[in-house]
Amino acid sequence: MSESKVPAAAANAYKSATKPVWCPGCGDYSVLASLTKSLAALQLPAHEVAIVSGIGCSSRLPAYLQCYGFHSIHGRALPVSIGLKLARPDLTVITTGGDGDGFSIGGNHFLHACRRNVDMTYVVMDNRVYGMTKGQPSPTTESDWDMSAMAPEGGTGLAPFDPLSIAVTAGANFVARAFAGDPNGTADLITQAIRHPGFSIVVVLSPCVTYREEQRLWKEAVRPVEGAPIHDIAGAAQWLLRDDGMSIGVVYEGNRKPWSPHREPTVPVADLDRAFVLG
Amino acid sequence: MTQGFSAESRSIALCGSGGAGVMTAADMALEAAARAGFYALFGRSAGPQIRGGEAAAMVRIATHPIEGVDDETQILMAIDWGNVERFAAELPLSGNSIIVADPECGEVPAVMAESGARVVPIPFKALAKPIKDGRPNMVALGALAVMVGLPDDALKAAVEKALKGKRGDKFATAFDASMAAIAAGKEAAEALSGFTPLTAPDRSQAHRWLMTGNQATALGAIRGGIRFCAAYPITPASEILEWLSQALPKVEGTFVQAEDELASVTMCVGASAGGVPSLTATAGPGLSLMVEGLGLAVASETPLVVVDVQRGGPSTGIPTKSEQSDLDVALHGLHGDAPHLVLAPQSIADCLNTTQWAVVLAEALQTPALVLSDQSLGQSRALINPVADSGLRAQRLVPTADELAAGGYQRYAVTDDGISPHALPGMAGGQHIPDGLEHNPHGTPSSQAKDHFTQLDKRARKLDSYDYGDRWATLEGDGAIAVLCWGSVTAAAREAVVRATAEGLKVRLIAPRLLMPVRPQQMALALDGVSGAVVVEQSHSGQFLRYLRGVYDLPSAVEHFKRPGPLPLRPGEILAAVRRCNAAVKG
Repeated sequence: MSESKVPAAAANAYKSATKPVWCPGCGDYSVLASLTKSLAALQLPAHEVAIVSGIGCSSRLPAYLQCYGFHSIHGRALPVSIGLKLARPDLTVITTGGDGDGFSIGGNHFLHACRRNVDMTYVVMDNRVYGMTKGQPSPTTESDWDMSAMAPEGGTGLAPFDPLSIAVTAGANFVARAFAGDPNGTADLITQAIRHPGFSIVVVLSPCVTYREEQRLWKEAVRPVEGAPIHDIAGAAQWLLRDDGMSIGVVYEGNRKPWSPHREPTVPVADLDRAFVLG
Repeated sequence: MTQGFSAESRSIALCGSGGAGVMTAADMALEAAARAGFYALFGRSAGPQIRGGEAAAMVRIATHPIEGVDDETQILMAIDWGNVERFAAELPLSGNSIIVADPECGEVPAVMAESGARVVPIPFKALAKPIKDGRPNMVALGALAVMVGLPDDALKAAVEKALKGKRGDKFATAFDASMAAIAAGKEAAEALSGFTPLTAPDRSQAHRWLMTGNQATALGAIRGGIRFCAAYPITPASEILEWLSQALPKVEGTFVQAEDELASVTMCVGASAGGVPSLTATAGPGLSLMVEGLGLAVASETPLVVVDVQRGGPSTGIPTKSEQSDLDVALHGLHGDAPHLVLAPQSIADCLNTTQWAVVLAEALQTPALVLSDQSLGQSRALINPVADSGLRAQRLVPTADELAAGGYQRYAVTDDGISPHALPGMAGGQHIPDGLEHNPHGTPSSQAKDHFTQLDKRARKLDSYDYGDRWATLEGDGAIAVLCWGSVTAAAREAVVRATAEGLKVRLIAPRLLMPVRPQQMALALDGVSGAVVVEQSHSGQFLRYLRGVYDLPSAVEHFKRPGPLPLRPGEILAAVRRCNAAVKG
C-alpha cells in the first residue's frame, strides 16, 4: 500500500490517547503522523513494534503510539534499542529522537550503531536546537546562530555535525533525509528504511517554530535528491559533503549483511559444569 | 628442623621472573592436589606488565575446604629473585617460615631475610641443567610435592595433562624431562628433612572443581536464567565476560561487546524489557558510568543484574588488586529514592549461588540487583567441592492472555505486594511504554504528587515485603562476641571465629549476603545476646561500619578492624581484634 493511500483510520489506530507535549506548529506532529502511516502501510501489528527513545521533545514520541517500546534516558535510545532487537529479533524496532540526544550525548552510540548494523530503523527529528531545555545550540546548529542565552554573540563558532555523511562512513546500511513539511514523503522514506535490512537512518528536518522560527522557511529551501540512491560509500560520502543539507530523499543504500549474535549448537545448561571438573 | 606447620594446611609462594614458569608449576601443583583429594586456593600477583614479567603464585593447599588465605607464607620458593621486593608485602614471612632459594641466584633480598625466616638452599637451575630439556620450575614442583605430600601418580597425571597438546616423540621427550626434573626436586627436598607432609585425604572423595570466582559468577548467572549479556572489558571482571561470551551462544543466549558501559547497561535494559533476563559485569569505574542506567531500571521496573568485581579505588585506583570500597556507591550511588538490591558473595563457590539468587530476585522484583564481588574472589582459582545447582530459576510475573484480552492493562498497576505483571512485547493488548519519567499506573508520564507517592511506595513495598528466607546472611555460632563482615572478607573472619572458639572464646559470625534492602528484624534476632561486635572490612573509610550503624542497632562495644586493599585481611589479625573486643567487654 502506498503511504498516500493509507486510510486515515488505519494510521490513527496506532495512536494512543496521550496528548503530545509539543508546541503548536512543531514539526514532530507531522513525523508522528508519517510514522503511523508507515506502520499502517507495512500493516505491522502494533504489539510487534517497539518504539524506543531517549530524552528530548521528539523523544516523547513513543508515548503517543500504542506500540511497545521504551522512553529511556538521555542519549541511550540506540543501545536500549539494540539490546531489545538482539534479544527479540522478532520485533520491528524503531528508534526515535532528536539531534542533541542522538549526536551529542549519544554520539558514541550513534557511531557504533552504524558500525554494528543491527536490523533496525533510526528516525531523527533534527531541529538544530535543544527545545526541551528552551533553546540552546545543538550539535547540528549553524556555527553563527546566536539567538540563545548560552551562545556568545556571533554564535558558537563550531562546525555543525553532519549526521548523514558520518552515518554513511561509519557503516549505516540505509541513509535518507526527510522533511516534516512533506508527511507522505517522510512516511515513504520511513517505510523504505524499515524494509531495508540492517541499520537504517532517516534524518527528518523538523522545524522548531518556538526557538528557531526562521526554520519555517525550510519549506522553500528543500528539494528532492537528484538521481537514484547511491550504492557505494565513497560516492555517497562525496555527494553528502557537497550537499547543503536540504536535499530530501534516499541518499545511500548499502548491502552489508545485518549483524546478528554468534550462535552455537544448543547444549543443556548442566553440560557447562564439565569445564570445571578435575581429578 | 621441624617447623611445626599444621598437617591440615600449607601456604606456599612460588616466585620468579618472567619466563621462569612459576604459574605453570603452580597450575600443575593444583591439578595434582585435586587428584590427591586436597582442596586449594591459588592467588597470583603480577607486575604491571600486560604480559609476562615477574610474578608470584600464592598457593594454599589443605585437607579441608578453604576459602581464604592463611596468616603467612610458610614456604617461599624462589626460582630466582626477579623483582620480588614488589611482592614482599603480599608474601608475609616470619621466623617460622622457610625460604627455599637457589644459591646461584644470589643473596636473599633484605626485605625477605629480615623476617628471620630460615633459608635453605635448593639449586633449581643446577639440578635442571643435566636433564635434557629440564626446567627449574619442574624441579621446584618436585620440591613442593614433598612439602605438601603430593603423590607420584597425581604428579604424573598433572604432567600428562599439561603436555596434552604434544604428540608422539615430542610428548615423550617433554614428559621424561619434566618427570626427571620433578624427581630431582623431590630428592633435594627430601634430603633437607623437616617438611612434614599434609595428612593424606581420602582420595575416593576426590571430585573437585577448579574454578575462579569470575567463572563461578558466570555459571551462576546462566543457571539462574541469564540469556543476554552486553558488556565492556574491564579488569578484574573480564573473565566473567569471556566465559559468558563462550557459554551464552550454547544456551540460545546472546553476548554483545558494547562500545562503553553506558551502552552495556542500557543494552541490558532493552533486552530485559524484551523479557530476556540480562546481566552485565564491570568494576568500579564502569559501575560509576552505569549508575544512571541503574536508576532507569529502578524507575521503569526493569529487571537487571550488574556484577561489580571491586578493585582498589577511587578512580582508576589499583585495577589488579582487591578492595571492598564500592559499598557506598552500590548502596547509595543512585539519584532519587531508588530501591534496588545489593548482594555480596562470600566465597568463590558462593559467587555462583549468590549470582544465581540475584538473577531470581531481580526478575521476581523487577528491579536491578547489584552483586559486589571483588578481585580476590574473582581472579583466585580454587579447588572446591562441586557446586550443586540450587534449582533457583528466574521467573518474571507476566499477565495471561485472558487478562490482556479483558482490556485495561496497567503496566505499573498498584498491587498489594508492589509487583505488577509485566506484559512483554509481542503480547497483544499489553502495549505500554516503560518510562524513567515518573508515571501513573498506565505508564503515562505524570508529575502529579499522588502518582509520585503511589509509585515510590509501590517500588519500595515490593522489595520490603518479599520473603528473602535464610539466604540473606551467613549466621554461625551463638557467642556474645559477634564478628560482622561481608563479601570476600568472610573467609578470613570465619577462620578467626573457629580459632577464637578453639581458644574458648564465645564468638558468632554474622555476614549479610543481602545488603539492600536491609533486614532489621532478622539482624536484631542475629544480634540477640551479643555484647560486643567486631566489624571487619577492607576499606579505608569504614563504609561497612557506617552502613551497619545507619540501619541496624549495634552493641555499644564495637571493635573496628578495617584496612584498605590491596593486602588481604588475615585470620590472625581478625582473631586479635576478637580478643581485644572480648577484653573490652569483660573489662
